[in-house]
Amino acid sequence: MEVRKDGGGESLPPSTRLHLAAAFFLPPRFTPARVRYDRRYRKLDQYRFIVWFLFLPLLVYLLFVVSPFLQAFFYSMTDWTGYSANYNFTGFENYERLWNDDKFWDAMVNSLVLVVLAPVITLALGLFIAFMLNAGGRRGRSQAVSGVFGTGFYKIVYFFPQVLSIAVVAVIWSRIYSPRSGILNEGLGSVGLDSWRQEDWLGGDLARWCVLAVLCWSFVGFYVVLFSAAMGSIPREIYEASLLDGAGRSVTFFRITFPLTWDTIRTGWIYMGIQALDSFALVNVMIPEHGMDVVPSYLFEKAFRDGQAGYATAIGVALFLVTLAFAVLMMLVGRRERIEF
Amino acid sequence: MNSGPYLNRRALMGRTAAAGLFTVPAVSALTSCASGGGDDDSVEREESTDANPFGVSADAELEVVIFDGGFGDQYALDAEKIYQGSYGTVEHVKTTEIQTRLQPRMVQGDPPDVIDNSGADAMDIAALIRNEQVLDLTELLDAPSLDDPGVTVRETLMPGTIEMGQFGSDAVYRLSYAFIVYGQWYSRTALNRLEVEYPRTWDEMLAVCEKAKQQGMAGWTYAGQYPYYFNFTLYPFIGKIGGADVLRAIDNLEPNAWRHDAVKAAFEAYYELTARGYVLQGSPGLTHEESQDEWNKYNALFIPNGSWVENEARKNTPADFDMAVGPPTSLDSSDAMPFETLWASASEPFIIPADAPNVPGGLEFLRIMLGRESARNFTELVSSLSCVRGAADGLELPPGLSSAQETLAAAGDNIVIPRLPDWYRQLNNEEIGGAVAAMMAGEIEPDEAINRCQQAADATAQDDSIQKFQHV
Repeated sequence: MEVRKDGGGESLPPSTRLHLAAAFFLPPRFTPARVRYDRRYRKLDQYRFIVWFLFLPLLVYLLFVVSPFLQAFFYSMTDWTGYSANYNFTGFENYERLWNDDKFWDAMVNSLVLVVLAPVITLALGLFIAFMLNAGGRRGRSQAVSGVFGTGFYKIVYFFPQVLSIAVVAVIWSRIYSPRSGILNEGLGSVGLDSWRQEDWLGGDLARWCVLAVLCWSFVGFYVVLFSAAMGSIPREIYEASLLDGAGRSVTFFRITFPLTWDTIRTGWIYMGIQALDSFALVNVMIPEHGMDVVPSYLFEKAFRDGQAGYATAIGVALFLVTLAFAVLMMLVGRRERIEF
Repeated sequence: MNSGPYLNRRALMGRTAAAGLFTVPAVSALTSCASGGGDDDSVEREESTDANPFGVSADAELEVVIFDGGFGDQYALDAEKIYQGSYGTVEHVKTTEIQTRLQPRMVQGDPPDVIDNSGADAMDIAALIRNEQVLDLTELLDAPSLDDPGVTVRETLMPGTIEMGQFGSDAVYRLSYAFIVYGQWYSRTALNRLEVEYPRTWDEMLAVCEKAKQQGMAGWTYAGQYPYYFNFTLYPFIGKIGGADVLRAIDNLEPNAWRHDAVKAAFEAYYELTARGYVLQGSPGLTHEESQDEWNKYNALFIPNGSWVENEARKNTPADFDMAVGPPTSLDSSDAMPFETLWASASEPFIIPADAPNVPGGLEFLRIMLGRESARNFTELVSSLSCVRGAADGLELPPGLSSAQETLAAAGDNIVIPRLPDWYRQLNNEEIGGAVAAMMAGEIEPDEAINRCQQAADATAQDDSIQKFQHV
């Protein structure tokens, strides 16, 4: 870009300025040639293109996404019940209460446990299974790498949970965890692990791990498919070359597959983390009212059971900040040189 | 690097974001606030007559929203037919999502005229009252009843109906239409098979449970996922041992209310069931339906429940089950209240929003529902008692319901109405429920359970964000 002195706008004669402003709204053919060939017009043309092209979607986005977000910050500083149009501005009272609310922190700890462990477990399982499906099989005569026997079948089976609505998953699993008729207790009993049976899986301290297990189960299939696609795009020549150098399966995985799918893994990590931060549907359906909470379910209770929409909004803002921090952290931690192939 | 007329994708995105930032204030000023105001377009009252005490305008429309749950909505449709015979048309809406559908309308100041505010998705009545959004129904209660102009509506109601509409003052904000009898539900067949009588004292209870245990049957089961089902028998049990004042102190969140000897005796008696292994294994993790199934399968003798259970469990109840309900077993002869004492109160609350366009119509509709014809129809349709005194007399009732009616009649005035469940739902369901759940699962001793209850009650008492109520 050529270097030019800025601030030229101030020395513009008013008529030119008016013309330029009008050109913003006029089709080019109605713009006088004198303005059209002005060097500033080119810049204006760019912005005009962006603004007019994106005006509608941007408006919708602002109206339905950005504006509720901003309003939330305001409502979090009120004592709004959610039932009437009346409320008082209370400043940071809700946030102060949040800070001293043990139940909120319990919910936050549960959410953070899920956010740390669910992606680790799900992605590790997903990577392992995807690797086995793509490069874990016996080597054929003509191929450097191939999946285990029945790869296509497994891929479909692993994807099954993803097809189910999360609410259905939660209902199914609460049946599985049911102490008297559920297959978990029955299964433990039938393999002689009677002492592992529980009278109540979902109401006590074990609930956190029960939710974690369901969360991982329901998402692992998605990552198997995602990582399979990422691995499928790695050129076979790289595998062949490493094979010639005598690399075994684990070396192939850590030196080739893992680095070359890193971008996908990182994206998956953020996505899974956000799923884990949410996990509202699972907790809401599976866990009894006196059992554990995660932040979204606590928010829901405060807003819709206890009629404290203002406080609930403050919880929502806290959740928003945590989500934001998580995403930023992941983007920073995972930043690496992109490998082109 | 980017001086050409064409933009690359990255520059486009960057500028879009920048443009977005600048437009934010402008647009958010345009968007209407989530909490907007409403306009006033209420119907004028006409002159009141004996037949039309509220002065309902004959051509005004009435909008009624019915919770389409276990009771369905046919009973309301039938009452609406009667209303339409004399007055304007009724717009009937049925839904299971009361809050989801009505909360926005409450905020806008454009509510329907009558709301059956019931079910899991009901609106928080305390919040509505705090905002003065609910009509005081005193006018309805003092009006002449539909069937006999010499008797007021108030006088036709079961005891425990008006109380359920009071929130710390004389104003009555809701009319609870169904009448529920809570207690220890059992199968007469099961007791007969064991050759035992219904236990009247706790020693008898333990003896009955022991006998059941020897037959491979548990004494009790309960909905561990909803441990506040236990409160249906636990609260009246406490009231029986120590008198109704103990329960009132608990409801009023008085300091050390839970440390009363009656509470301790009741908790210890219940803990005995767990300690001696009389509770069906796995109960702590059961849902209400699962626990009712186990009970229907004769795997347990007693279940703490309310009179809706007969209808709810109908599909799985064996034909020979002969369902019945008894008052909570007494501790011993030194109890403050007699054996017949039990918890019975009205539920299925109807409210009229203060901003309702057709308030007189709403009042008249409720008056019609409280007429004998509608009340009997309700009992026949949904096999539940209604809050209208004597409305079910002479009707052919299923065994559980007729047992409930008999038990209620035997109780006479010895009825306790704990308000914790509807005044402080979170405290009742989560904290007390959680403590009782842990105790009945054998995780904590009664003393610790009582401590947890007291601490939770204290925390609620100190929490400014929770509206407080007192018995009047």
